[in-house]
Amino acid sequence: MSSPASPSLFAALFVRDLRLALRRRTEALLPIGFFVVAVALFPLGVGPEPQTLRQIAPGVIWVCALLAAMLSVSQLYASDFADGTLEQLLLTGGSTTLIAAARAAAHWALTGLPLVVAAPLFGLLFDLSGAALRVLALTLLLGTPVLSLLGSLGAALTLGLRSAGVLVILIVLPLAIPALIFGSGAVAAVDAGLSASAHLSLLGALLIVTALGVPPATAAALRISTE
Amino acid sequence: MTNHSIRTVLSAVPISPSIDSTFHVSEPHLAARGLACRRGTRLLFENVDLALRPGELVWLRGRNGRGKTSLLRLVAGIATPEAGEVLLDGTPIAANGERSRRVVYLGHQHALKDDLTSAEALEFLLRIHGRRSDRASVDTALEHWDMLGQRNTWVRRLSQGQRRRVALARLVGEHEASLWLLDEPFDALDADGVQRLNTLLLQHLQRGGAVLLTGHQATLAPTLRARELDLDDCAAA
Repeated sequence: MSSPASPSLFAALFVRDLRLALRRRTEALLPIGFFVVAVALFPLGVGPEPQTLRQIAPGVIWVCALLAAMLSVSQLYASDFADGTLEQLLLTGGSTTLIAAARAAAHWALTGLPLVVAAPLFGLLFDLSGAALRVLALTLLLGTPVLSLLGSLGAALTLGLRSAGVLVILIVLPLAIPALIFGSGAVAAVDAGLSASAHLSLLGALLIVTALGVPPATAAALRISTE
Repeated sequence: MTNHSIRTVLSAVPISPSIDSTFHVSEPHLAARGLACRRGTRLLFENVDLALRPGELVWLRGRNGRGKTSLLRLVAGIATPEAGEVLLDGTPIAANGERSRRVVYLGHQHALKDDLTSAEALEFLLRIHGRRSDRASVDTALEHWDMLGQRNTWVRRLSQGQRRRVALARLVGEHEASLWLLDEPFDALDADGVQRLNTLLLQHLQRGGAVLLTGHQATLAPTLRARELDLDDCAAA
């Protein structure tokens, strides 16, 4: 008997989260449902003018993706905190940073990845070109993990607090603005006939920084919250 | 009982004759010195000293809100004391690399997910703690608690007592002389469950393990010869 190897702990948490999501389909599908409904409403509300739709498409899709991620992130650690699982996780001997990374990865797989797949389809509603759709998918692939990582940090910081859901949004939304700007900017650049490489590079750099910096910060917040 | 007398009792009381004394060593499993705990602006207790040697069981008593769960969390290294230190085999517990292997902590909450089956929930807990979590180990643990028939039942459909049994099933696969920290382990158990837990505790003490547990009722078997630590005597002035 020993403390679990890091890959084993990561896999155990990741698989458990996916399994729980399968068992709670309504909860799991809520962010995606919100995204689909919100994005689909814009063409109806703004009107069928293709040029207008093309202009607003990147911003609309990215804002909806951001809000969809926020819908589920406040509960990321709440259930584990309430039922004692979080205490057990902190006692495993495994890295708390790894635990934070596993939870963020599972959150992304459940909420971010479906958006990466679905967003290009919804881009068709906005009359986006093939090149713009490809870049849109790429920006979401790079940007949605950033949202999950930042969301997990916000969830850990507000663990056990009253009105945690609102506080998470207030903490995370300002931090997510760069991802929003670079993500929607890349698609707008392609739509304008310019290169999106600068935006994509910045988005990639943002992903690297958050992937390296946020899990340790989340781990520290979890330890403080469980004191 | 004064703080000084508690200190003396816990460090000097001889082991129960029913427990094998070959596991006794001079260095205790666990040594806590001068522990104090604060919750908000309130100091729950202070100057708590505790020494747990192999084969010893300490029953932590006290009124509601006195800090029994808080003391267990301090000892487990989940929380940081206001003052004092907790040593596990001579090393601060929070920095002890062997903590996950040497300490088993079962909190008042069961750490079971409603949307998993009994077997899945137990398998997850065993796996994250690095214990054997194959089907045979899980089934053996559930069978010990007469819960094998409920292995595929959702946790949300279990009664409180059955949930407690699944949570306690973690202890079945523990074969090391480790330190068990149990928060209200008898809570919601029926007479049969109490007997099964007492048997597990006795087996653990006999192999040189140590136990620190909380509880409001005297459900411990007399053969366990539990020492008592009453936190009411350690209440901050």
